[in-house]
Amino acid sequence: MTKKDALFQYCLRLGDDAVVLGHRLAELCSRGPFLEEDLALTNIALDLTGQAQLFFLYAAELDNKGQSADDLVYRRPERQFYNHLLCEQPNTDFGYTIVRQFLFSAYHCFLLEDLCTSQDEHLADISKKALKESRYHLSHATDWMVRLGQGTKESKQRAQQALDALWMYTGELFEMDDIDLQLLEANVAADLHTIRNMWQQEIAQTLKRAGLQQPEDNFMQTGSRKGVHTEHLGHLLAEMQSLVRAYPEAAW
Amino acid sequence: MPVDLFTEKIDQNKSIEPRDPMPDDYRYHLIRQISQHAHSEVIGMQPEGNWITRAPSLRSKMILLAKIQDEGGHGLYLYSAAETLGISREEMIEQLQTGKARYSNIFNYPALTWADIGAIGWLVDGAAIVNQVMLQRTSYGPYARAMVRICKEESFHQRQGYEIMAKMAAGTPEQHEMAQDALNRWWAPALMMFGPPDAESLHSKKAFQWKIKRESNDALRQKFIDKTVQQTEVIGLKIPDPGLRFNEETGHYETSPLNWDEFYRVINGNGPCNRQRIEHHKKVHAEGQWVREAAAAYAEKLRTGVLEQ
Repeated sequence: MTKKDALFQYCLRLGDDAVVLGHRLAELCSRGPFLEEDLALTNIALDLTGQAQLFFLYAAELDNKGQSADDLVYRRPERQFYNHLLCEQPNTDFGYTIVRQFLFSAYHCFLLEDLCTSQDEHLADISKKALKESRYHLSHATDWMVRLGQGTKESKQRAQQALDALWMYTGELFEMDDIDLQLLEANVAADLHTIRNMWQQEIAQTLKRAGLQQPEDNFMQTGSRKGVHTEHLGHLLAEMQSLVRAYPEAAW
Repeated sequence: MPVDLFTEKIDQNKSIEPRDPMPDDYRYHLIRQISQHAHSEVIGMQPEGNWITRAPSLRSKMILLAKIQDEGGHGLYLYSAAETLGISREEMIEQLQTGKARYSNIFNYPALTWADIGAIGWLVDGAAIVNQVMLQRTSYGPYARAMVRICKEESFHQRQGYEIMAKMAAGTPEQHEMAQDALNRWWAPALMMFGPPDAESLHSKKAFQWKIKRESNDALRQKFIDKTVQQTEVIGLKIPDPGLRFNEETGHYETSPLNWDEFYRVINGNGPCNRQRIEHHKKVHAEGQWVREAAAAYAEKLRTGVLEQ
């Protein structure tokens, strides 16, 4: 694979995480537990959608086949989406929403921090912009982890349940395939093994403050690097892509 | 109560502030109006939220997300403005959920196609702006100041909606049809947003005396009609009113009488979405109960030193 093709795939992955998680959070509009939190969640949705747009614009440029950023989002089939399975998991309750965000944002911050020094300048620039936002997302999620863990018996139990359920999607965040290795060699991509250690420390520290139990690393789900997803993604895309697919000739 | 101080301030066009003396009726009128306004912003998030997940481009999704966030933010300023009059947000939410407080009737109509998102921004926010520009000069200080901020954002919303309509009107035949259909369905409800004709308006008389309201329902409606008819022509759509005509003498557009029976039917609970909107609000509020309790319990533990920050 040429470096350019590898970078295109790499940008798709980064964009897919942002667009899919952003979409999940956007679903929560008018559904927050109180108005301020409704706005906080949709604000994160907005940030992530904006980050996705930057990654897809770059991907479209690298691809150079006349596909726009929107084409990549709205006309790509499910099996060619490469977001992590964690990002597509549904908003089962506020506990799941927060735990998903916490696990992802901690990873996202370390990843973006690393990419800020990428040899690929464009990727580094996008990462710098995204990092500022993602740090806020992490601090928001961390505050809630502690609040839920130390709040009431019910909130602790719900947070723990979400953590137990979502933990099996975290192993995948640190998988590295040929694309990662090729780009790592060129000092373009991040070394996920290093990031994993930092992530584990960050998670452990917050879970301790929250009084929550870190689940055992048993079976870890996998598949997204190859475009193999949970059943949830198909529904999300069916909804997100519905207008563009129903009226393929139309411009919006 | 030294109500004469109040009258003096009103006569001198000075704003009334939270600690100023004011007649009970003035206070209640404002609580009713401001909380209704806040509830409208919040309930209005539902029909638009209905389309966020189907917005057809990243740009339109981001704009819609930002717009709905603004609406929620307006809800927050307005709840805060109402709180200065001695009512809590919890009480206002309870009044909304029990039907004691209302929200704008327009949100009892469904957002059926993407063009409805255009129509809502263009017509509903457009009508709201006409009303809110007047309210920037309303006599109650916190309300007037909230309106100044809100008006700035609403004009962005109106442009967002108009842009969607213009694009669709100029798009494929199917898109044009969707745009016209949305205009057909939203036109009359948007005109009714200004309230019943002056002769029948229930709350207007005192609101004028107290300078809460400064222009009549019919005058505001006319402003909106004049502005919107021209905008409609520019993008090649048709106002769904065979009686529409321009009166050379007055310089205004005239429209057919509106079906006020429908207005009263919908406002009294029998519109397409009345039940759905309130049920949604109640369900979400009930689901959020444990989260609000957790936040309160945690804050209490910090306050009493059970936990360290």
